[in-house]
Amino acid sequence: MATLELSGVKKSFGDVGVIKDINLQVQDGELIVFVGPSGCGKSTLLRMIAGLETVSAGSISIAGNRVDHLPPARRGIAMVFQSYALYPHKDVRGNLGFALKHAGVPAAEINQRVSKAAEILELEPLMERKPRELSGGQRQRVAIGRAIVREPDVFLFDEPLSNLDAALRVHMRVEILKLHQRLGNTMVYVTHDQVEAMTLADRIVVIRDGEVEQVGTPLELYRHPANAFVAGFIGSPAMNLLDAQCVGDKVLVGDQPICAANGVAGAVQLGIRPEHLSLSEEGVLKGTVSVFEHLGGESFVHLQLPDEQTFVAKLDGELSITPGQTYSLSVKPEHCHVFDTHGHRINN
Amino acid sequence: MLIRERISSVGIHLILIAYSLLALFPLGLVVINSLKSKKAIFRDPVGMPIGDAFSWKGYDSVLTNSDFPMYFGNSLIVTCVSLFFILLFGAMASHALSEYRFRGDTFIGLYLILGIMVPIRLGTVALLQLIVDLNLANTLTALILVYTAQGLPIAIFIFTEFLRSVSREIKDSARIDGLSEYRIFFEVVIPLVRPVIATVAVFSMIPIWNDLWFPLILSPGDETRTVTLGVQQFIGQYTVNWGAVLASLSVAILPVLIMYIIFSKHLIRGITSGAVKG
Repeated sequence: MATLELSGVKKSFGDVGVIKDINLQVQDGELIVFVGPSGCGKSTLLRMIAGLETVSAGSISIAGNRVDHLPPARRGIAMVFQSYALYPHKDVRGNLGFALKHAGVPAAEINQRVSKAAEILELEPLMERKPRELSGGQRQRVAIGRAIVREPDVFLFDEPLSNLDAALRVHMRVEILKLHQRLGNTMVYVTHDQVEAMTLADRIVVIRDGEVEQVGTPLELYRHPANAFVAGFIGSPAMNLLDAQCVGDKVLVGDQPICAANGVAGAVQLGIRPEHLSLSEEGVLKGTVSVFEHLGGESFVHLQLPDEQTFVAKLDGELSITPGQTYSLSVKPEHCHVFDTHGHRINN
Repeated sequence: MLIRERISSVGIHLILIAYSLLALFPLGLVVINSLKSKKAIFRDPVGMPIGDAFSWKGYDSVLTNSDFPMYFGNSLIVTCVSLFFILLFGAMASHALSEYRFRGDTFIGLYLILGIMVPIRLGTVALLQLIVDLNLANTLTALILVYTAQGLPIAIFIFTEFLRSVSREIKDSARIDGLSEYRIFFEVVIPLVRPVIATVAVFSMIPIWNDLWFPLILSPGDETRTVTLGVQQFIGQYTVNWGAVLASLSVAILPVLIMYIIFSKHLIRGITSGAVKG
């Protein structure tokens, strides 16, 4: 049983706090994704779990044992790096078996574990090749294989798909998901790509400036973002955030009532996802089309309200939209997210 | 356009060939004259060693009638051992400077590299005193120590540049695989920078092999002479055995040549690998 527990974890370089008091419990077998913009500290946090960075305060436990004083090799973890980090002078077999050889594992067992990993990842035909003779996707599979042979309690992935082209990335994403289902290990996965986070994660941890913004399943984050940052980060295209006023029991954008105010008063931010907007005769959001992006099955329409606020709507690709024209769009009240001016969620 | 390129390419090659001939001419002259009798050397210095001009006498007196093989051995020992220490310590120091952050790292880095700008010969008197105090005068150890110190700055300068380019993730990956810092250095980092090692080896070897200054000052004893110093025995106050001098110099070219041939493939890669992504 390999749970992972972070409590009060902090990291600072001099006076600069990079990780500010992170508490997190990862269940056994869970695939948890750290997501956040560049420089938010998610990779640093992963490297702290791996033991590649020291912990300034707090504790890290794996499978109930405190590990933050242990060297990386004794934490029961394996890590897959963004640049694959294969040993260029060793062939695939050598790369897969390297850690075991150093740990003094008997040759027969090394062979057996390497063959098993090679079989899982379909690396058998490539065993004698050097990393430079492999494609990006193959290298990534070797890097994952190298983690598998160590039979770790926890897998750590540091943006493993960022160096792959778009098509391969989608393919490898599915491979990692399959691998997780097959091995059932606890996995921590770091990415800045919210699509990867949504598709892979059992739970997502959204990190900003070294702090956890929200933890939850992908759908929880999508449906009930705790604040405007999470709302803008999860979902593509990003959620529209419009300046609005609460007057009486209505939230008004311009002078049009959009949804119920639920007792809130004053200035608020109204969040509406582009996919929840639809063209309608009775629509209350009247926007002039500035840009029209056609994606085939769907289209992204960039619109401007009379008060010059802009927003995006995701509409059916079959509709013909003319730039410069004004359209009416509607949104269901249950799809409206209301945040206060500091970005905290205030309805539901 | 094509013709223009062709002409400029021919021009570049002509210049390079001319330069090569110029550089090789003295070397050729040494080798040619080493195979001639003394009279022939003076009669026709640029003539080929054919007919009665040809003579093995120079090589004969060098290889059989002198201590030249011992001098040659001394040079080899001094050069190889110094080179070993320069490469070992240079690479280790550079690895530490590029991999670890510690108090005073910038200062130590600058201090180690400063030696490039200060010729070690300026410290000859102090070095001589030190070597005498250490009872190391007239030993090969004295030369090895001085040459190691002499070679380290440029070696560290070149190594640091290249070791910085070794991916941090590969080293981290080795750490997770459980390798100690020393094993990371020897088993992961060193194999990655082999071309650079070859480059540094060639750069460091030539001045050591060719040096006359320190053998003359620190170890002029009969047993510890190096080739460059040993050659002097053929140069008397009144007569010079030119055949022997030239023959010993010709033999002395060999190790440098052999090493260059071994390393040249790596050398060219090492010099260009920083500029060209490969």
